[in-house]
Amino acid sequence: MLLINCPYCDDALPELEFAYAGEAHIARPADPSKLSDEEWRDFLFIRSNPRGLHAERWRHIHGCGRFFNALRDTVSDRFLTTYPAGQPRPDVTKLEAAE
Amino acid sequence: MEHRNEAIPKGPVMTHFSAMSLLKNALTGNKNWTEQWPDAQPKKEYDVIIVGAGGHGLGAAYYLAKEHGITNVAVIEKGWLGGGNTGRNTTIIRSNYLYDESAKLYDHALDLWDNLSTELNYNIMYSKRGVMMLAHNVHDVQSFQRHIHSNQLNGVDNRWLTTAEAKAFCPPLNVSPDARYPVMGAALQMRAGTARHDAVAWGYARAAAKRGVDIIQNCPVISIRRGADGSVEGVETAKGFIRAKKVAVSAAGHTSVIMQTAGVKMPLESYPLQALVSEPIKPIFPCVVMSNTVHAYISQSDKGELVIGSGTDQYVSYSQRGGLPLIEHTVAAICEVFPIFNRMRMLRKWGGIVDVTPDRSAILGKTPVKGLYVNCGWGTGGFKATPGAAHLLAWTVAKDEPHKLNAPFTLERFTTGRLIDEAAAAAVAH
Repeated sequence: MLLINCPYCDDALPELEFAYAGEAHIARPADPSKLSDEEWRDFLFIRSNPRGLHAERWRHIHGCGRFFNALRDTVSDRFLTTYPAGQPRPDVTKLEAAE
Repeated sequence: MEHRNEAIPKGPVMTHFSAMSLLKNALTGNKNWTEQWPDAQPKKEYDVIIVGAGGHGLGAAYYLAKEHGITNVAVIEKGWLGGGNTGRNTTIIRSNYLYDESAKLYDHALDLWDNLSTELNYNIMYSKRGVMMLAHNVHDVQSFQRHIHSNQLNGVDNRWLTTAEAKAFCPPLNVSPDARYPVMGAALQMRAGTARHDAVAWGYARAAAKRGVDIIQNCPVISIRRGADGSVEGVETAKGFIRAKKVAVSAAGHTSVIMQTAGVKMPLESYPLQALVSEPIKPIFPCVVMSNTVHAYISQSDKGELVIGSGTDQYVSYSQRGGLPLIEHTVAAICEVFPIFNRMRMLRKWGGIVDVTPDRSAILGKTPVKGLYVNCGWGTGGFKATPGAAHLLAWTVAKDEPHKLNAPFTLERFTTGRLIDEAAAAAVAH
């Protein structure tokens, strides 16, 4: 069971309270009609799917109900940090130095 | 090794398995069996390199040698042969898919499963015990009947069972009208069933090695090297660079990582798919039962274990473990449909990393890179496709063009929008 820290509730809570919501920081195109087919493909279907650090969205569905983002290692499933939606992806080197 | 350049290369000599060879070896103390396949070391160059020694990759090597006369082939595996998803699935084989493209693709595989033990001289224990999919509500009934009609139009075996017929076909089933999810009928594909997953990898490995294919284990592929004109030159591995003008990637959950080294972005995400088995018990379960609504599937292996699975974990991961909440959900679903099993003890569980496409259909064909081919995106249902995927991948590599059965399963469909949306058809991972 993963323990996930909701940045709004400021508490580490069991995975069962949360719903995964896919890769984070994928911005909807500002001017959709200008996009080529390849750009649409990249926006809709291409995901980074890294073996390692992954920025992803979660929703505290059985808690405060809000979306937030997380950095997680996809090999160990360990969370490095969680942060409110809308904030930029944290600098990993700073996070690791702080530990 | 020099003999490999001859017109008809000869692989190692292996004992032909038969009742006679069994008897002969029994009488001589089983000391004269030959090894099933040699553990090869890489040569400097091959005509074709296949990345990933699962059933799909080994099978592709076999069909390249057998049907296309291409025997200077290496299958390169980072771990041990069949140790990825080939050895981590619930061995279910079926072809009752909704769309024409999928139904034809999986039925092609089913045709090949039929004769595979004889063809490979290896008992893969293909058992056509029937796969029954339960309908628990009006939507299920309508959706399965639509599947059945679509399958029948495509010549794919599938038929409707009433609740009483479903109970007769699978006596442990709880058909009480008081059940939280009552059984309102079922779709039955009688040609479907199970096979011994390890034996599929071993059988293909042995048959491919016999025709001269090198199977190189414990050798991770680090990257794909491309030349100045962009075409494939070979692969960098833990055992050095190996040259080949054609490289086929068949690496399941790790496909997107490898393809990225060639500069190809893939519409894939990798998720753990878990399965578990119970302690072995006497034969009680005659078929495979799937319930999409309660969401679990179950069969009984010849060893007597109940083999149980359901959907993927919800988050992207390469952990090959998966989380316990999903196991709890799966077991709860099984106890709901089969209260008879609610005191069974579970023996072990494991996870495989499956590569899932946005439309839940495979990608099998050429790529924008000359000489690079890909077979991936089988998601949670790759085992059943093994012989078909292998056969079509070999065809595509040998002829540098797709067979008509895998022609719709291109990488380009995510640009053109011509998806094969089995995700919408099944409404669950399948």
